[in-house]
Amino acid sequence: MIPSTLEYTKATSIDEAIAAVQAGARPLAGGQSLVPMMRLRLAAPGAVVDLGGVAELVGVCEDGDEIAVGAMTTHRAVAADPLIGEHCRLVAQAASGVGSLVIRSRGTIGGSLAHADPHGDLPAAILAAGGSVVARGPGGERRIEIGDLVTSYLTTSLADDEIITQVRLPKGNAQSAYAKFHRRAIDWSIVGVGVAIGADGVRAAATGVADRPTRLAGFEAAVNGGGSIAEAAAAAGEGLDPTSDLDGSAEYKRHLVGVLAQRAYLEAQG
Amino acid sequence: MATVERKTGGGIGEAVLRKEDRKFVTGEGRYVDDLRLPGMLHAVFVRSPFGHARITGIDTAAAEALPGVHRVLTHATLPAETGVLCASNPPGSDVRQPEQPLLARDEVRYVGEPVAIVIADDRYLARDGADLVHVDYDPLPVVCDAEAALADGAPLVHSEYPDNAAATLFHETDGFAEALAGAARTVELRVVNQRVTPMPMETRGCIGDWQQSTGEVTLHTSTQVAHFVRTFISFVCGTSEAKVRVVTPDVGGGFGAKLNTYREEFAVCSASRVLGVPVKWIEDRSENAVATIHGRDQIQYYTAGVDESGRIVALKLEAFQNNGAYHQLLTPTISHLTVFMVPGCYDIQNISIRMRQAFTNTTPTDAYRGAGRPEATHGIERLMDAIADDLGLDPAEVRRVNFIKPEQFPYSSSTGLVYDSGDYDTTLDEALRLADYAGFAARRAASEANGRYRGIGLSTYVEVCGLAPSAVTAAIGVGAPGWEHSTVRLHPTGKATVITGTSPHGQGHATSWSQIVQTELGVPFEDVEVIHGDTAFQPYGLGTYGSRSLAVGGVALYRSLGKVREKAREIAANLLECSVDDLEWTGSSWQVKGSPDRAKTIQELAGAAWAASSMPEGVEPVLEATTFHDPPNFTFPFGTHVCEVEIDPDTGRVEIVNYTAVDDCGNVINPMIVDGQVHGGIIQGLGQALYEETVYGEDGQMLTPTLVEYLVPSAADVPPMTLARTTTPSPSNPMGVKGIGEAGTIAASAAIVNAAVDALSGLGVRHLEMPMQPARIWNVIQEATS
Repeated sequence: MIPSTLEYTKATSIDEAIAAVQAGARPLAGGQSLVPMMRLRLAAPGAVVDLGGVAELVGVCEDGDEIAVGAMTTHRAVAADPLIGEHCRLVAQAASGVGSLVIRSRGTIGGSLAHADPHGDLPAAILAAGGSVVARGPGGERRIEIGDLVTSYLTTSLADDEIITQVRLPKGNAQSAYAKFHRRAIDWSIVGVGVAIGADGVRAAATGVADRPTRLAGFEAAVNGGGSIAEAAAAAGEGLDPTSDLDGSAEYKRHLVGVLAQRAYLEAQG
Repeated sequence: MATVERKTGGGIGEAVLRKEDRKFVTGEGRYVDDLRLPGMLHAVFVRSPFGHARITGIDTAAAEALPGVHRVLTHATLPAETGVLCASNPPGSDVRQPEQPLLARDEVRYVGEPVAIVIADDRYLARDGADLVHVDYDPLPVVCDAEAALADGAPLVHSEYPDNAAATLFHETDGFAEALAGAARTVELRVVNQRVTPMPMETRGCIGDWQQSTGEVTLHTSTQVAHFVRTFISFVCGTSEAKVRVVTPDVGGGFGAKLNTYREEFAVCSASRVLGVPVKWIEDRSENAVATIHGRDQIQYYTAGVDESGRIVALKLEAFQNNGAYHQLLTPTISHLTVFMVPGCYDIQNISIRMRQAFTNTTPTDAYRGAGRPEATHGIERLMDAIADDLGLDPAEVRRVNFIKPEQFPYSSSTGLVYDSGDYDTTLDEALRLADYAGFAARRAASEANGRYRGIGLSTYVEVCGLAPSAVTAAIGVGAPGWEHSTVRLHPTGKATVITGTSPHGQGHATSWSQIVQTELGVPFEDVEVIHGDTAFQPYGLGTYGSRSLAVGGVALYRSLGKVREKAREIAANLLECSVDDLEWTGSSWQVKGSPDRAKTIQELAGAAWAASSMPEGVEPVLEATTFHDPPNFTFPFGTHVCEVEIDPDTGRVEIVNYTAVDDCGNVINPMIVDGQVHGGIIQGLGQALYEETVYGEDGQMLTPTLVEYLVPSAADVPPMTLARTTTPSPSNPMGVKGIGEAGTIAASAAIVNAAVDALSGLGVRHLEMPMQPARIWNVIQEATS
């Protein structure tokens, strides 16, 4: 629990942050994942650049048919935001269930996506919502769909010198819900499922079932094809191969996916 | 949730707010890590990454070359007279005491065993240095399970002990075999009490400060037993006990983990001796998971011979206790405490107990809140439900037919204890009433209509507390007595200092002891200061563990207060020019009987005793008294806990929907503190029942080294609780007190598991192991319904 020596700088603008990242610093958002990893010496970045002083990375606003969420917006702010609550309810709901109040008050939406924990709630919720991120590097900005962002355990398609500046949440996800199962109130999800009922059908995605957030193809096909919710729930685990561990067997986790997909779907229907 | 209204100011029986808490909630508590001594260096231990391995080489050159690193010490260079000492040799148990050097010599036997110390300018550099110490290991086969360790052909933890047997306790009453053979039927049950980690909020930590010119050494350490540590430092470090001072600053919880003396405490003293400056070590959280003792880890096989009413006519227990790789301070005694309490609150006269203790490649186990008694209680309470299930009887009724009856006290148990007092039916009646046991069927029907299983479970417990009469600790092979010390000192202004040999680490002794002083001597609560945890101020203190502080230390205080009061009486008689027999005590003054205008307050008498100008013949100045109280017997708190759960069949989650506890700890000093102990105890039992398990993989790696894997319940996971009490004073001490520190933990796990088994009993489920995590319960439901 004693991190190795590192250099710390605090950026006040996105450009400053990118310059620091180009020089080899690791971006530090809310510090709720990176700092514990450094304390366990699972990460030893040598240098970090704190994004906490970059005002332009914080805040939520409407932008056409999307909501633009600054990457450094905290879970607590996302959970309480009226725009997100109205148009993309499942994301607010997922944010409200992250960790404890202390963690939600420091942890950020962009940090959660960049960290890409395979049990993180926000990547799955945003995947179900059809969201994306805006990444900026020295060469400019690009947009990355969530499904293309997370590529494996704690791994993203971000270039070494890119940081996430915004999360873009599509409107039209008012009818949505996020259901998670965990042991204690503050624990990571064993499995979590987001369901969004949109104009062009139902989208569902899960966390905790693979090395990345995963669309539930079996569930979506069943429910969009006119099947009953019970049939859809039974198909939700199809094709998933979660890891057996102290939280439960792969069979148990596949079963939970169906239970949670059904619960989220029924809640989304209202 | 609380049974009492909080008040401020007062004596015995009042729910006074704790005088300790202002400093803790405002951040003014001072723990070991807050102490900074001039010139102090910082230590980090290099620990074994293997469960079992031979050390073939240690290269410290790279670490010692790192700027800021002062020295790397290994077994070859760290001075020590002996290894860690175990103070427990249960008689007739062929207990083995393997050498436990301060740093591993040529073999490591569990993950986390210390191999070297790196001492540097700060903790960060020391940690960097530790990464540079290169240890060559030759891995050896491991065994982590007690039953497996005792089986033929198991890998050997210590090559000199070819069967891994650490100790065996055996106790059988005359005529047992005949009684069991004659039983109408038998009920069998296997129960696993899993390994858990005490996990105090403050990890361990210590600073050794050896003065080379005088040979005096001061150790600041986070412990429950400062004087034990002092005595053992004198042995291990080879110095006069009179030159050793042990200081415990504020201690942030112990739960038994700090009822011990550890390698690191000796090692920082020896390192300070080598380096000539103070050396500090603060355990980090993941280090705590492997370097500090674990608890429980006992596998039990019960066979009960019963009659048709469910009455146990003979009880057999064959158990396996996992002692870990070495014996810590009291490791072999924990099983002994289990043996004592196997019969629980039941009149079981024919008994046979064999407790086989094993060495394994795991962190040593030792006292953890309840220490041996939760294992006994969980087992017998599960067995009671199994008997009820087999016979188709109400679990409450099976308990009633087996209860020791009020008229049987003092009751001689078949395991050699004399229970002081009890009224088990009354707590059971009250608990069933408060929990609306009669209305349970309707609640179950309502839950089932919602697709959920519902169950109710009982735990009727008795525990042995107030450790301990010294004659008994000697008889069971504990190398320490059980008395306690107190000194009461009245200052010239009439304010009081209490010096206590107990060593509070969250219990609130400063508050409770002040209440006792106010009631017994009339010095107001706020005029009392309590000093503890510094061997320089105390003659000797045994410390705080085993729910002993009030029943032994509190009674020691009570007796000192009586001595002061009687001395004050003589001084008052002299000042008032009357006979001591003419005086009566008003609660705060001595007055001539029937003459309130002729009185001397305790404050006036304290001043007079200090001034000493008008003392009675032969009476020494100053109001001060000291007592070393050795109790004649243990105390035996008891009670009934009732838990009600719902189980979600879709996820397997066990949810506690109601929890009722009726406890009897004799007379109560501060009802709020007692409630707090019961709340905390229940939560700790709940943690074991639902969440906590220390898991080793087959390769000896610990799979639960952080708080992400090892799940301690948080405030958000605590169910509603209803607390109540009955009062059966202990006849073993003049205060009639018993102790409450461990009761909740001892009772809770069985009540919760019994409720969950009851919930699934309709599926044919007869037993569940802990922790009842959702995946495990879901699997049980799948198997039962497929």
